[in-house]
Amino acid sequence: MEMIANTKSIDNPKEKYIDSLKFALYCITHPLDGFWDLTHEKRGTMAAANTILALTLLVRIMKLRYTSFIMLQVYWEDLNIFLYLASILFPLSLWVLGNWGLTTLFDGKGRLGQVYMATCYALTPYPLVQFPLMIFSNFVTVNEAQFYTVVSALSLVWCGLLVIAAMGQIHEYSAGKNLLFTIATLFAMLVMIFILMIFFSMISQGIAYFISLGKELMFRM
Amino acid sequence: MRKKNFFLKTGMAILAIATAFLQPLQVSASSNEGGYTYNYDYWGDYKDSADFYTVCKVFTSSELGLDVKLKNPQGLFVDGNSIYLCDSGNNRIIELNRVSPEKLEVVRIIDTINGAQGSNTFNNPTDFAISEDGNMFIADQGNARVVKVDKDLNYIMEFVKPDDNTLDPKLVFQPTKLAVDTAERVYCIATGINKGLIKYENDGTFSGFVGATPVKFNWTDYIWKKIASQEQRAKMESFVPTEYENIYMDYEGFIYSTIALNDDSEKTENAVRKLNLMGNDILVKNGEWPVQGDLYWGSGGGYEGPSIFTDVTVMDNDIYVCLDRNRGRMFGYDDQGRLVFAFGGNGNMDGYFRRPSAIDHIGHELYVLDSLDNSLTAFVPTDFGNLVYKAVEDFDQGKYEESGAAWQEVMNQNGNYDLAYIGIGRSLLRQEKYKEAMDYFELEYDAENYSKAYKQYRKQWVEENIVWIVIVILALFLIPLGIGKVKSIRYEIDTADIFIAGRNG
Repeated sequence: MEMIANTKSIDNPKEKYIDSLKFALYCITHPLDGFWDLTHEKRGTMAAANTILALTLLVRIMKLRYTSFIMLQVYWEDLNIFLYLASILFPLSLWVLGNWGLTTLFDGKGRLGQVYMATCYALTPYPLVQFPLMIFSNFVTVNEAQFYTVVSALSLVWCGLLVIAAMGQIHEYSAGKNLLFTIATLFAMLVMIFILMIFFSMISQGIAYFISLGKELMFRM
Repeated sequence: MRKKNFFLKTGMAILAIATAFLQPLQVSASSNEGGYTYNYDYWGDYKDSADFYTVCKVFTSSELGLDVKLKNPQGLFVDGNSIYLCDSGNNRIIELNRVSPEKLEVVRIIDTINGAQGSNTFNNPTDFAISEDGNMFIADQGNARVVKVDKDLNYIMEFVKPDDNTLDPKLVFQPTKLAVDTAERVYCIATGINKGLIKYENDGTFSGFVGATPVKFNWTDYIWKKIASQEQRAKMESFVPTEYENIYMDYEGFIYSTIALNDDSEKTENAVRKLNLMGNDILVKNGEWPVQGDLYWGSGGGYEGPSIFTDVTVMDNDIYVCLDRNRGRMFGYDDQGRLVFAFGGNGNMDGYFRRPSAIDHIGHELYVLDSLDNSLTAFVPTDFGNLVYKAVEDFDQGKYEESGAAWQEVMNQNGNYDLAYIGIGRSLLRQEKYKEAMDYFELEYDAENYSKAYKQYRKQWVEENIVWIVIVILALFLIPLGIGKVKSIRYEIDTADIFIAGRNG
C-alpha cells in the first residue's frame, strides 16, 4: 500500500489530521504493521483517536433509535444516556489505566497517551460496521435477522482482536507476553472496580456518619 | 379497587372528601391502589385495564335455597346448562340448572347411589365429570375410588388404586381431580402420585401414567447432594416431578393441566400444560411472558410467591382461564399463550375470594367456587370483554374486517391493551394493507407479525419499482465501466506512437 512508503512528515496540521484519520483504515486491515507505525512512525494523532471514540459513541447512541425493533428493543423509560455512554467510556478508561499501569512496570514501551490512542484506533470497526448495519437492519425480517447478529458480533470480535494486537505493538511485546498482559489487564480492571466500590461505600458511610452526628447535635442543642 | 357498585363508590368518595377536609394533610388511601383488572405489556409492566368481567351475582347457600349449608366445596363441572357442584364437606353433589347467570336453580342433590359394591354414599367427593353418553364419574376421595354411575345413579363400575408395582403399597389412593374423554377413558390426579395422570381404559383397567412433568432441579442443590453424606441426603428433598393441581378436558379432547410453580428458578416456566393423547405438552407459548399468572412474586398485601393455578377452564374460542388460589385472581390466555385479562383479588367483597377452589364456564360466563366462603360467583363479561371476544371469534371465523373493527373499538376503550394493536395489525395483514399493519405491529414490538407484513410489503415495493431498480443497478455497473473505457482510450491516444512521434517531430 502506498501509505507505508509515505514516511515523510506532514507539517500542515489539517493535512496531518486527515492523514492520521485515514491511517485508522490501514490499522484495522494491517494491525501489526499499522499499530507499530502508529506510535513509532508517529502516524497517529490524538485528534484522530478522539474523533474515532466520538464516532463510536455517536453510533452507539444512534443505534438505539434507528436500529429496527426486530434486533433491538429499547425501554426508553429506563434509559439514561450518560450511563449508556459510560458503558463504553468506563471500561475504556479502566482498560487504558490498567494496561498502562501494568506494562509500565514490565518493559512496556507505550506511554499512557499512546495506550489511549491505540485503543481508540482499535475501535474503528465498530462505527464502520455498525452504522451500515443499523441502516440495513430496517430492511430485514425476523428470518434474516441472523445475518445482522453474526455481522454485529464479528465487528466486536474484530475490535477485540485489534485492541490486543495494538497493545502488543506499542509495548513491543512478543505474542505470548502480550496475551499474558491482556489477561493481567482484565484482572487489573476487576481490582480497580473492587477498590472503587469499597471507596464509594466507605465515603457514603463516612458522610452518613457525619450527617447523623450533625442531626444528633441539632437534637441536643 | 374499582367496583361496579355505584353506592359504595359514592359513599367512599363522600367519606374521602370528608376526611380530606378534616385532615388536610392526609392523602386519600385509594389513590395508589392498582385496578381490579389489569394486564402486562411487552416489557412486563403492569397496566391497568378496563374491566373485562363483572360480578353478576354471588350464590351462597341461602341464594341457592339449600337447607344444609355448603361446606368446603371443591369441584365444579358444567354440562350444557347444568352446573354440578361438589359439596365435598357434606358428601354430596348438587346439580344446578342455569336459567340465567342471575338465576341458578337446584335440580337435585346427589348423595346416594344405587347398587354399589362398597359404600352407597360418598366420602369427600372432590371432582365430578359427565361423559358424552351421560354417565357420571365422581372422584370419591375418602372412599379411595372413582365411581361411575349412569344418569339415574345406578352403579356401573369403579376405578381403584392402579395395579402398578412402582407405587408404594401403603399409599392410600386418594383421587382428587378427574377428566373423562369421549370414549369414557378416565384421567385422574391422586394425592401422592407424581408419575403423571392416571389413565384408565373404559373397562376400568389401569393403562398407565401419561404426561408426567419433566423432573427439574437446580444446580446448587445438585452439587450439595453430590457432597452430602448418606444421612444428609436422606433429609434433603428429592428431585421428583411436580404433581398436577388440576385437569380440564377441552372441547377438542385435549387435557389442560396446571402445575404449581414454587421456586424462583421456575420464573420462566409455564404453569399450564396442554396434553395430547401421547401425554406431550403442545401448549402454544408465543406470548412475551410465560403462562404463569402474576409476573411479580414479591410480597404484597400479605401474599407472596407465584400464582397457584388451582383450576383451569377452556372456552370454545380457545381462551383458557386459570384460577389462582394464592391471590384469588383469574388469568385468561388466548390460543397463542398471551395474557388476555387478569382480574380479582383476595377479600370479602363480591368479586374477591378467600380460598377459590374451582372454575368453569358457560359460554363466556365464568363460575368460580370459593371453598372457604362457600359461595359460587357468577361473572359476566363487560362490554369491553364482549368486544374482545367478538374480535377474537370473528378473526377465527375469517371475518377479518369485522375483527379489525372490533379490535379498533377495544383500542378506543383501552389504549393500554397490547392485544388490540396486534389484533388490528393481523386484520390489516389479512386485508393486505401491509404498511398499516407494520405500523401497528411495530407499536407492540411484534417482530414475528411485523416480518410477515414487511416481507409482503418489500415484495410489493420491488415489483412496483423493478424498472428503477434495474436502471440503478445497470447505472452502477455501466458508469464506472464507461469511465474506465474513456480513460483507457484517452491513455492509448496519449501514448500512441504516431502522436508521440508527431509531437516530437
